[in-house]
Formats: sequence, C-alpha cells, structure tokens
Amino acid sequence: MVEHYLSIFLKAVFVENLALAFFLGMCTFLAVSKNVKTAIGLGIAVIVIQTITVPANQLIYNFLLKKGALGWVNEYFVSTATYDFSEVDLLFLGFISYIGVIAAMVQILEMFLDRFLPSLYNALGIFLPLITVNCAILGASLFMEQREYDFTESCVFGFGCGVGWALAIMALAGIREKMKYSDVPPPLRGLGITFITVGLMSLAFMSFSGIQL
Amino acid sequence: MAKSSVTKVLFGPIFDNNPIALQILGICSALAVTTSINVSVVMSIAVVAVVAFSSAAVSAIRHYIPSSIRIIVQMTVIASAVIVVDQVLKAFLYDISKQLSVFVGLIITNCIVMGRAEGFAMKNGVWMSFLDGIGNGLGYGMVLLFVAFFRELFGSGSLFGYELLQLDRNGGWYNPNNLMLLPPSAFFIIGILIWLIRLNKPEQIEES
Repeated sequence: MVEHYLSIFLKAVFVENLALAFFLGMCTFLAVSKNVKTAIGLGIAVIVIQTITVPANQLIYNFLLKKGALGWVNEYFVSTATYDFSEVDLLFLGFISYIGVIAAMVQILEMFLDRFLPSLYNALGIFLPLITVNCAILGASLFMEQREYDFTESCVFGFGCGVGWALAIMALAGIREKMKYSDVPPPLRGLGITFITVGLMSLAFMSFSGIQL
Repeated sequence: MAKSSVTKVLFGPIFDNNPIALQILGICSALAVTTSINVSVVMSIAVVAVVAFSSAAVSAIRHYIPSSIRIIVQMTVIASAVIVVDQVLKAFLYDISKQLSVFVGLIITNCIVMGRAEGFAMKNGVWMSFLDGIGNGLGYGMVLLFVAFFRELFGSGSLFGYELLQLDRNGGWYNPNNLMLLPPSAFFIIGILIWLIRLNKPEQIEES
C-alpha cells in the first residue's frame, strides 16, 4: 500500500513533473525565476496550495459533480420518488467549481498567513494571489479528475505535484543566477536563453521516464 | 483614424506585440498540444473564441464590476466561455477533444485571456475588445502553428496527418526524429523563434 502512494508521489515529482513534462505554470515559472530566494518562496506557496486544493477538488468531484455523485441527497434528505438525484450529472460545471475552490483557498490561506505567520506572508507578497492563475494548480486538479484518484491518492498527488514544481523553479532560478556571468548573444538574452535552458532541463528530467514504479 | 486603429488593434498582437514571444503570456498550454498541426489548429480556434467572447463580455459589463472583486468576475466569465467551448468540442470533435485532454480546461488559466480582460477590455468598448481578443488569439495561434509545423514535420514526417516525408518503416528514406515529439523540442523551437524575432527587431532585446 505504501509503495503505491510512494510511486504516485515519485511519479508526480520526477517522471511527470508538471513544469517540465506538461509545461504547466510556465508563465510564472519563467517570470519569477530570476533569483533563488523568491523562487523558494513561490515554490513553498505552490506546495501548500496544491496539497490543499487537489484533495478539496477531489471531494467536490466525488460528492457533487460526478454522475450519480449526488446519490447521498436521496439517502438523507429527499426520497427517490420526489427526485432521483443519482441521475444528475454536473460534470460540465467542473472547470468553474475547481477555479472557484482554488481562488477561495488562496484567499483563505492568505488571510491565515497574514494572521498567524506574518513573516512568511510578507516573504510571499504578491506571489500568493498570483497562484490563482497558475495553470499548474488547475492542471493538477484536472489530472486528478481524469485519473480518478481517491482521497488519499489525491493528497499524495497534490503534494507531489507541488514538490515537483517547486524543485523545477528552484533549479531554474539557480541556473539563471549563474547565467548572469555568461556572454549570451544579445537577441537571445532574457527570454530566449531561458527557453533553451528549460528545454535542456526538461531533457535531463526525461531520463527519469524509464523508471518503472 | 478609426480604420487605422482597428487594424492596429487586430494585427498589432500578431506581429509587433506577440503575446507569447514578447509578453511571455500563455506559454503553458501552447507547448503541450503542438505535436500535430490538426490539434493545434483546433486549440488556436478555441483560444481565439474564448479570448474574443470573454473580452467582449467583460467589456460590456465593465462599468458594473466593483474593482475589488473584478478578478473573480473575470474568472467566472472566462470559465463560462471555456465550458461552452469544451462542450462544443466534446459534441463535434470528440477525438481531438480527447487528445487535448486537460488543456481545454487550462485555457481558463491561460494568462492571455486574463491579461486581455484586465489590460484591455476593462478600459475599451465592446467592439474594440472583441477585435483585440481576436488579434491576441491569432497571435497565440501563429506561434502554436509555427511550433506544430516543425514538430509534426520532423517528428512524424507528416503535415495535417498526410505523410510528406516517406518514413523508413514504410519503405521511404526519412527516419523520424523522436525528440521532436517530446517536450524539450517545443522549448528549443520557441527559444529559436524568439531569437529570430529579436534579430529582426533589435528594440525588443532585453538588458540582462
């Protein structure tokens, strides 16, 4: 059992790294990786949010949206004769509810940090609200839906996705800090060379893809 | 005057101010779907539709949105537009919508859509925002097709699914380059594209 969860975790961190294998969260990934310190802050924020939102969305998917998921309403509140809730399929509301949950979670986390951990709150600054529009977060929830993870699996998967993304952005920030001292052709400076670097990193991460878990 | 500003709004984002190459927006989904041209065309059309209609809708209600909750309102408008597009794709192009998998949903968090709603539609009229949305969507589509062209041609020797370079496993001469079908190639192609654009437009070069 433990091996099963471990394999989901390792897969999410290395083999199917959200940033380098699925290109998710690229906008922030490229824009906020200029120095290691901010990259670490953002990485930690992403880990926390992923670990909360993926299981939260899993509950919503399982108990509200999935076809037949509303069956519990019949059990406790309304009899099947009045209205048969097990026929209801709300899957088309998926996107809008996931993004709502993510936005709400980010807001709650922001208030929580502001109240109890002001130092971390100040360190994260503007990145916290920006996480709402980070594709990696929504992406993880959508993958969770597609692969039909159960609750524990989705906790592990969310945490793994966050760790993988954080790892990638820290590594890229480290490389970019060193790159300040190298002589890059002018038209390639900034964005261009960053793309090529990310390409090489992604190539390196592909070496994990042969691992059988 | 009116005419020139329409052309500027419509074509500016395609060449001079491309959202992907210059503004670093919306790269996330741009890369994962570019292994074949067919899929990229569908993805581009989906993005054009979402940007255009969500910009127009946000612009139409821009005087009624309290600025403190504008992000949530924009998000809701965009998410609704994406749901419509997703349902249409599932109904009429089921195979392609399977290949796009989660990336249709990810149009919601595509920074181009959000960026245009926030940066342009909140300040301009409905018609202009609509055109601006189409322009930016096309600018995104151009890069997508450019990347997909090279990835499909060299990765599977075909364009639009037709075999152009005869593959050696079918008795031809071309040995497909599998790297082109893997994620890293998309990064290299976009990096090189940015390099080419900036060679021709030196004013876009960044100071590092």
